[in-house]
This record gives sequence, structure tokens and C-alpha cells, in this order.
Amino acid sequence: MRPQMTPRGVRASDPALRGRLRADKAFMGGMLAISMIAVLPLVLILLFIIIRGASSINWQFLTELPKPMGEAGGGISNAIVGTVILIIVASVISMPLGILSGIFLSESGKSGLGRVTRLSVETLMGVPSIVIGIVAYVWVVRPMGHFSALSGGVALAMIMLPVITLSTEETLLLIPMSLREAALALGVSYPRTVLKVILPAGASGVITGALLGVARAAGETAPLLFTSFGSPYMVLDILKPMASLPQTIYFYATSPYPAWQTLAWGASFVLLVLVLVLNLLTKLVTSRWKTQF
Amino acid sequence: MEDSVLTAEETILETRDLTAGFDGKDVVHGVSLAVPKWKVTAIMGPSGCGKTTFMRCINRMHELAPNAQVSGEVLLDGQDVYHINPIELRRRIGMVFQRPNPFPTMSIYNNVVAGYTLNGARMDRTDRDQIVEETLRRTTLWDEVKDALYRRGSFLSGGQQQRLCIARALAMKPEILLLDEPTSALDPKSTAAIEELIVSLKGSVTIVQVTHNIPQAARISDYTAFIHLGELVEFGPTNKLFTVPKDKRTEEYLSGKFG
Amino acid sequence: MTQSIESKGGRLPIARASDSAFRALLFFGGIVVSVLLVAILLSLVLSSRPALVANGFRFLTGTEWDPVTNSFHALPFVFGTLITSLLALVIATVLALALSILMGEYFRTGVFASLMRTAVELLAGIPSIVYGFIGLFFLVPVVRAVEIAIGVTPFGVGILTSSILLAFMILPYSASIGREMLSLVPTDLKEAALSLGATRSEMVWKVSLPFARSGILGGVFLSLGRALGETMAVTMVIGNANTMTLNLFSPGNTMASLIANEFSEATTPVYLASLIEIALLLFIISTVINIIGKVVINRMVGAA
Repeated sequence: MRPQMTPRGVRASDPALRGRLRADKAFMGGMLAISMIAVLPLVLILLFIIIRGASSINWQFLTELPKPMGEAGGGISNAIVGTVILIIVASVISMPLGILSGIFLSESGKSGLGRVTRLSVETLMGVPSIVIGIVAYVWVVRPMGHFSALSGGVALAMIMLPVITLSTEETLLLIPMSLREAALALGVSYPRTVLKVILPAGASGVITGALLGVARAAGETAPLLFTSFGSPYMVLDILKPMASLPQTIYFYATSPYPAWQTLAWGASFVLLVLVLVLNLLTKLVTSRWKTQF
Repeated sequence: MEDSVLTAEETILETRDLTAGFDGKDVVHGVSLAVPKWKVTAIMGPSGCGKTTFMRCINRMHELAPNAQVSGEVLLDGQDVYHINPIELRRRIGMVFQRPNPFPTMSIYNNVVAGYTLNGARMDRTDRDQIVEETLRRTTLWDEVKDALYRRGSFLSGGQQQRLCIARALAMKPEILLLDEPTSALDPKSTAAIEELIVSLKGSVTIVQVTHNIPQAARISDYTAFIHLGELVEFGPTNKLFTVPKDKRTEEYLSGKFG
Repeated sequence: MTQSIESKGGRLPIARASDSAFRALLFFGGIVVSVLLVAILLSLVLSSRPALVANGFRFLTGTEWDPVTNSFHALPFVFGTLITSLLALVIATVLALALSILMGEYFRTGVFASLMRTAVELLAGIPSIVYGFIGLFFLVPVVRAVEIAIGVTPFGVGILTSSILLAFMILPYSASIGREMLSLVPTDLKEAALSLGATRSEMVWKVSLPFARSGILGGVFLSLGRALGETMAVTMVIGNANTMTLNLFSPGNTMASLIANEFSEATTPVYLASLIEIALLLFIISTVINIIGKVVINRMVGAA
């Protein structure tokens, strides 16, 4: 005979217990309320940006250059191209180094040098991006004598580097020893084992790390303020100053011209979409390509 | 200690006073063994007795572990393997592991020839096709996978994956094949298929198999070495060792008293 | 140098030199980040040398920042950084704790749970500049209205405004750390509390939170580290005033926003070097705080 289940909502007889139960419900309600305060305003505002920003998006917006002060219309084509070029420069510098350090950490992470390296990587990760911008200024802008996309790329590379390193290490550590042993037992040399067996097996994780690094770098403004600086023209030469999405947003949002402010809304929308797409891609790569062991 | 004397068999591999271990502690103590050519030699013993460590000294995988130490001699065709480049050595000796581990990013076809392609060998298409078919036939996988050669091996059953790993090792035409409890992770049906495969390889490959499965050793091996606590207790033709063991410890192990 | 053995239907090169070359390459990968970090520190020190010499130790204690008279002192900005960060931290911790408890205890699975998780993830990915933009157009008017209602000078921008904005920025990160730390609480511990007749909230309050306390604290430190370095959003809503005051409604500056605002206008070498000295200070402070946070988290994870 099944025991009687206590029906829900039975009032507790002890008043002290009733008080506690009320407090319990109040607690959960309180947590819910505070959480909504935390999340809701931002989500609502995001929706606002998306709606307002999306309305400025048209072909003209994406392909034209910004118009001079106060004039209506214009576009952010130079900013979009600039962001792409900056990311490419930053990736060329940071990805090989990042993957290499990641491999090193996965192979020798427990050694003395490994621990020092990990500490350095995590420290670098926490350096404020404006400080990185200053360093890139000192290293590239000063010797060159002028702002350039190259210096911006160097700054972004320093920001991407620790992300890629840690992600690569994490991925490679997940690869079981047996795979490495299988290759070694076939008489494959150590470098080939790492490059042709272990790295391919962890490819999805390495790609994810790269995407996360790009997502982080794409949204950074501070390091670009005195490196790539910005430009009203379409620039393709990395030795010249170049516009970028975040810097454009900053410049136009803080300007007094409504026409420029509209550009900033649209640029925010484009930047948000970019970051969102990158994060989605990361999830896709992880779920589809992740090699099962 | 029983001498590892072989009568009419030719010895292909010999260990002399092989001692090995980790962190200052030895797990293999002075094992001297002569492995006969083209036969199946089982290395038997309770868990943790050092048999896997012993086997890994043969293809010099043991030294890859941190703080590993090894002394003594291992002679392949009379040549001390510790004087040969280990990478070259491992191409002459094949190894199959306890859990099937085909390379997950490669197709079945590429897994079979992995020993060549990973090493950067230049082979034209016909040579590779030939090796793949030959080896897969030898491991009785050909009919089962010939239409799926370019798919990754993950859809194969455990037993098929293990046969693929054996194929991968055999493709290198090794002088010796080392099997580390190859069927312990498999179901009975796959186990039987692999045992059949091992028996079929006699006469063309020398096989050394570590096992703690006594009936399996009895079924398929020609010679058996019993290792206990890192020492070679007894070695001889399987049927003799199993029926009239010379050492009391062997007898106790066979009757299930420990291990 | 490489021999090859002719056998087995193909040539197999014997690897020898490549092995050590590869290990050397990996070693290089190992030291490159450390070298980079040291180079960063050195560059900051060397580039700020003119200022280090000119300003001396009073750099850290004086309150005047006047480029005209070459009088540079960091205290207002260190103060600004610390007060905005700490205030943001207090606000964010309350909000993030609620979120962590909600997602870690009450809504772990289900539609609402995934919605919340997605929302927090999205919020974590929003670039700083967008937060700044949002702050400028939505938060500032609200604060201005409040200031008018209270009867304070309606700047709209200011320390409070930037602290609130900062709080919202660091809360997704704090929330995920908090949720993770709470998930480390062993189930049997929680069940022990429940089996003794505790209500759910009592269990969370008396068992889960104390257990996850040091991890959450570590997370707080890490969030502090992030808040310290936040530049753009703060720059846009703090009002850019180089004064030091306890009045939360007045404008101010943090170390990061000072640099962002004035670097391109720094005309004299000492001015520029002083700004770089500020960057050096920021670097040191945020690194120290991050290391403390890591140590605290490691101890919690190690103990779990």
C-alpha cells in the first residue's frame, strides 16, 4: 500500500515553522527580484539598441564613408574594414605565439618554467587594456613617429595572446595519453606526434580559443585610442592610422552632432552583431567539430 | 628461477637481467627471457606485477614516463635496442594498447597507413592502397569496412576498432607485435575474433602478449612467462606450464589463489 | 644529415635534429609571454622615468594635477579608481550573488534557467564601449533626474553614475564565478542540511554560501581586478574632473579615464611621462589584486 503523500500547501502547525517557510518563500522571491534588476534593464536596453541601430542599417551605411561634421547621412565602411584589418594583423602576431605557448603549457605545465609561464599568461590576461595601449604606443607609435594600424594590431595581439594560450592548453590537456602513445609506439617522432596527431585532435578547441580571442579584441577601444587612432578615410595601409568600429562609436557617441550620434547607434549594432556571431560560431565549432575520444 | 631455455626455437628477442621502475623503486627485477620467433608468448601475472612495464621496456616506451629508470639488456636479433635510436626501434616493433585508440581525426584508411604518413614517408597511391587492403584482409576487417574506408573509425565497434589498431601496427611489418591486454576492454564476441586473429598471425609475426586472463593465455599462446612481483617465476611451453608448473607460485596463480 | 631506411614500401626519414629543434621552439613559446610581461613593465618604467624623477614620491600623496604648472600627482585618480571600483563591487556583488544563487540553486534546469544563462552570457560579451554608450544615453539622464529630485547639482555624470555602470559591467563575470563556486558545494552536505529539517533558503544561507565563501571572495577580487582596468565606459560617464572628493554625485576621474582623456593632448614630455607613470601604477595595482584573487580561488578549489 503506497504511503500517503503529504498534499501540497498543507499549513504547518508550528507558528515558528510557518514563519520560516514564509521567510523561505520571501528569500526566493527576493533573489528573483534582484536578479531581474540585474539582468532586465540591460537586456531591454540591448533590444533598444538593436531596434534603433538596425533601422540605420542600409546599404549606404555599410558602404559609405562618414560625412563631415554635422552633415546627415554617411556610413561606417572605413570602420568595418578597419576592424577587420586590425584583427587580421593582431591574429597574425598572436595566433602562432599563442598556440605555441599553449602547446608548451600542455606539455610542460607542471615544470618550474611551466608554472612561471602560466603565472605570466594569467597576469597578462588581467592587464588593463589601456596600459597595453600605452605600451604599444611606446613600442611602435613613438619610433614610427605617427599612429598606425600596425601599432593597433600589436596592442590587440597582446590582448588576444593569453586567451589563445589558455584555450589551447585547456584543449590539449583534454586529449588522452593513449593517443600520444599510439603515435609514439608507431615510431613517430615527438614533434610529428604533437603536430600531426595531438594538435589536429584538439583543432576545434584551438579554433574556439582563436574565436574567443577575436571576440575580445574586436570590442576593445582603449588600446586603439593612441595607436591606430582613427581616420575619416578608408585606409588599407597598415602603416597609417585607421578607423575601427569601437573607436568610431566612441568618437561619434561623444560628439555633439546628432547625425554622428546616429552613426554611433548603427556602429554599435554592427559591433554587437559581430561579437554575437563570433560567440555563436564558438558554440557551433565546439558542438559540431569537437572530436570525441 | 626457471631458466628461459628454448630448445629448437629460434630466439628473436632476448632480455638479460632487465630491471626497471619509477622514482627509485623497481617494478621489474632482473628478468631474463628469450622470446621465440613467430610464436605467441604470453606474459602472465596478477595486476601490478610489472608485466606491462616489462613489455614497455622492449619498445622503449617505458622511458617516456617521468622519473623512469631501466637497466639490463634487451636484444633484438642480437642487437641491444638501447643502442638504437628509439624512434627507429619503434618502427620495427608494433604495439597495441588495452583500450582501442584509433586516431580520431583520421579515416580508417589513413589510420592503417598512419605509421607511414605521420613519419613523412613518401608513398604513391597504389602502394598505400595495397598496404591498406593487405593489412585489413590480414586482420579480417576488409570485408567489414571496405565500403567505408574514408570514414572516421569512431562508428566501429570496440572489437573492430581494436582490429584496426592491430592493422595499424601490422602495416609497418614489424618484427615483433606487443599486445597489452588487447581484449580486456572488449565483449566476448570481439574477444574471440581477436584471439582468432592472433592465432592466424602465428608463423608470420612474433607476438608478445601481456594478459591476466589465464584461459586466454592457455588458448592462444605457445609459450608463457609467469611474472610475479616483478620477477620471472617460470617460463616455458604453455601446455607444460599450465599442466605441470614447476614453481609453486605458478601453480597457486593458475588455481586462482591470488591475482 | 637524415638517413633513410629503404624498406616497407616507402622511405622513412629518421628524425633526430628536428626533435631538439622542436623542443627549443616549445621552450621559446614558454618564455615568450614571460619576456613580454617583463618588457611591458620595463617599458612602463623607462618611459615614465622623466616623470618619476620630476615628481618623486609626492606623486603618490599629492592631489594636484595641473599640466600647466607641471604639477602631477596621482592620489585623486587612485582614489577615483578605488572608490568607483569598490562601490561597483558592492553593488555588483549583491546583484551577482542573487543571480548565482538563482542559477546555481533554484533554477538549474529548464527553460527559464537556460534563458537566464543565455542572458548572462550575452551580457558578458558586450564590449565596454557599448556599455559606455548605453550609460551615456540611459543612465546619465536617470541619475540627472534623481539629482534634481534630491536637490544636488544635476551633473548626471559622476562617480556614482560610473560606479553603477561599472557594477552592471562586472556582474556577468562575477555571476558566473559565483555560480561555479556554488556548484562545487558537495550535494551530500546540502542534503544533510535538508534532512535535518532546514528550509531551502536556510540551507543556502547556512551551508552553501559559507562553503563557497572563499571562492566567491576570490571571484570578488577578480571582478575588482576587472573593474580597476575598465576604461571606456567609465570615461564616458565619469565627467572628467581632476578633483578628489567624497561627494558621489560629483564628477571625477579614474586612472584609466584620465589616461584616456588626456593622453592625446599631452604636449610636454613630462606630462606624457606622468600619464605613463599613472599607467605603471595602474598596472601594479591591478596585477597585485588579480594575484590575490587567484590565490584565494586556488585555495578554495584546492580545498573542495
